[in-house]
Amino acid sequence: MGWTGKILRIDLTNGTVNTEALNMEWADKYLGQRGLASKYLVEEVDPKADPLGPENKLIMATGPLTGTCASTGGRYSVITKGPLTGAIACSNSGGYFGAELKFAGWDMVIFEGQSPKPVYVTIFDDDVQIRDAGGLWGKSVWEADKKIKSDHQDQMIHVAAIGVAGENEVLYSCIVNDLHRAAGRSGVGAVMGNKNLKAVAVRGTGGVKVKDFKTFMDATNAGKKVLKDNAVTGQGLPAFGTQVLMNVINEAGAMPTRNGKDVQFESANDISAEAMAEPRRSDGKPNLLTNQACFGCTIACGRISKIDETHYTVQNKPEYWHASGGLEYEAAWALGSATGIKDLEGLTYVNFICNEQGLDPITFGATVGAAMELYETGVIDDKITGGIELKFGSSEALVKCVELTGKAEGFGKELGLGSKRLTEKYGKPELSMTVKGQEFPAYDPRGIQGMGLTYATSNRGACHLRGYTVASEILGIPEKTDPLETDGKPGLVKAFQDATAAVDSSGLCVFTTFAWTLEDIAPQVDAAVEGNWTVDKMLEVGERIWNMERIFNNKAGFTAADDNLPERLLKDAAKTGPAKGLVAGLDKMLPEYYDLRGWTQEGVPTNETLERLAV
Amino acid sequence: MLKALQIDPGKCTGCKQCEMACSYVNEGEFNVSKSRIRVFDFHEDARFVPYTCTQCDEAWCQQACPVNAITTNEMGVKVVHDNLCVGCKVCTIACPFGTVNYNASTGKVIKCDLCGGDPACASACPTDAITFRDAEQSGFDKMKEWATKTTAGTEPTGPNAPA
Repeated sequence: MGWTGKILRIDLTNGTVNTEALNMEWADKYLGQRGLASKYLVEEVDPKADPLGPENKLIMATGPLTGTCASTGGRYSVITKGPLTGAIACSNSGGYFGAELKFAGWDMVIFEGQSPKPVYVTIFDDDVQIRDAGGLWGKSVWEADKKIKSDHQDQMIHVAAIGVAGENEVLYSCIVNDLHRAAGRSGVGAVMGNKNLKAVAVRGTGGVKVKDFKTFMDATNAGKKVLKDNAVTGQGLPAFGTQVLMNVINEAGAMPTRNGKDVQFESANDISAEAMAEPRRSDGKPNLLTNQACFGCTIACGRISKIDETHYTVQNKPEYWHASGGLEYEAAWALGSATGIKDLEGLTYVNFICNEQGLDPITFGATVGAAMELYETGVIDDKITGGIELKFGSSEALVKCVELTGKAEGFGKELGLGSKRLTEKYGKPELSMTVKGQEFPAYDPRGIQGMGLTYATSNRGACHLRGYTVASEILGIPEKTDPLETDGKPGLVKAFQDATAAVDSSGLCVFTTFAWTLEDIAPQVDAAVEGNWTVDKMLEVGERIWNMERIFNNKAGFTAADDNLPERLLKDAAKTGPAKGLVAGLDKMLPEYYDLRGWTQEGVPTNETLERLAV
Repeated sequence: MLKALQIDPGKCTGCKQCEMACSYVNEGEFNVSKSRIRVFDFHEDARFVPYTCTQCDEAWCQQACPVNAITTNEMGVKVVHDNLCVGCKVCTIACPFGTVNYNASTGKVIKCDLCGGDPACASACPTDAITFRDAEQSGFDKMKEWATKTTAGTEPTGPNAPA
């Protein structure tokens, strides 16, 4: 109940498809999706395995609430060893693909090995086929989506695919489903590309049942009311999307700008939610047309945008004149603020290309930002960039970069390495704004101190979604803490990390937690599946998941030295805003964090901790 | 008062809560492929459109049915009687809107029956894109919206108008 109880195991080396029962003992200890699939991964993949090799596996996993009427109950995650970081990777996506997988009768799909030639997999209920992808390889995500639906004469199919970026194993390529929702981070698309797997197409006609429908309807209806009545989930997100944060974070002095040289972007307002909604001077129409919900979501924060047809990026490309997924906050920040670019239409075009080619806009934008600093400081020149004048603020340069990166052509090939490898190549590793090889997103730890610890300890490399203390430090959810203070943050970070691991394992979207606590979520999970899911059990499971991921990374070779931040954040104080004069106070937080986690000061879980959590 | 579903695609976000509510009430599970109401995603035109049976007064489906398995109840709703339906699918051809569909797992056709007077889709819709209201007043909101925008001729000119 809640579960279909079945998983698919697809061996791409031998071209075989097998089914097995979901391990319910593990489901009780790791819930689902992120937690449960990570359990399968750590049991089956050597932590030292080459992420881009046949020994790595790629798991697409739903949660117990995926495919139910719980608000936002449509999520799925991709779990693998990430090539950008070498750490465990778990990228979460919305759209309709995850729910469709459940309706087809599968809780999880495990891809193993490596196909000798490009293939795609169709999952039409019980009919699962590995098919030749000769006609799809080389095509964009959007072209592949269209061709698969047309070839199978079924417009109700939902497709998760890689673009040319994934085919070229760009280290931060993503898996895009439903055209513009993405399992975005850590290079999960490159793993799929390495397996010669172009796409997974799903169509399900089955149903999802829950343990106790009556209780479930009551619990989910109560949850929906909380979301509706909350200012962020009921009004802010539907109207402005995550972009509601652009001006807020900038005013807080926590907007990493021009590769982290500044903490405020003077043109933030030009690329904000407010700007997206304003009629353009050119054609009198706004960039933003409407909002869109993912499956089952009663918040509906997705942006549907249309680029100005007269803008230089698309004036001769009518194929980009339709509406598609517009700028979310992280993308607007990475493509705009990290590069100093204020051209909203240009950023929207680059965002479209990231979706079409399957690139993570966060790492892409941040890498271009680092490359711009290399260029402006004379470390690289026009000869290396292939004539691209890579200056901060240049929309034209960013556009050229995105067109080259997915295709791995010219300077795009170097950009495809991500900022860590790029800056190391030119002897300037300090210019990479990364932790464990992954670029940090749109919150500067100098202005939001808790986020420094979140980034440093995140199990998938720098990431905001592993412990979003911004909620507390800036928005006052569930209670306000001072963003400039380090006191109390280790406990806050741990609490957010554990709770988030549980939410990510449920099938729900983490954005619900602007309004929901585990008090709202646990009853929904409990009514859906067996296992007496209380708040305490959810927290325990979250902590267990966190430690399991940590152990995998430790075995992969990560140590406490990797729980660090870029030197710039630790040494160069913020120049403006409320955080002026402050650096990220990581050293004041990390020892206490290890203590609270029950880890040694070397960042290793103690035997006591492992026993307590039964990892 | 005769009530009808009123659909305002402009308010739809494509969340499919209506499809889940419909399949739960009618099938006892969450199964969007068996929903009597379907949402179509035209996001490239920035549009999402819920679509279902409008309960025609003179219903093509009903007239086409060779075994009289579709009857009209006191609320004007066209109801399929599973005990009579032979699964011939002629009604699915007759319906000009495609809102009667065949369910292979039961061998019968399925269509919206307004849940016996309290349609679950309307209750589940988080944005009021689907509402259940007086069928005779279906144009009222749009009339009022246009009336709000109208300024022509609204200056008081009658005998009691202020000078």
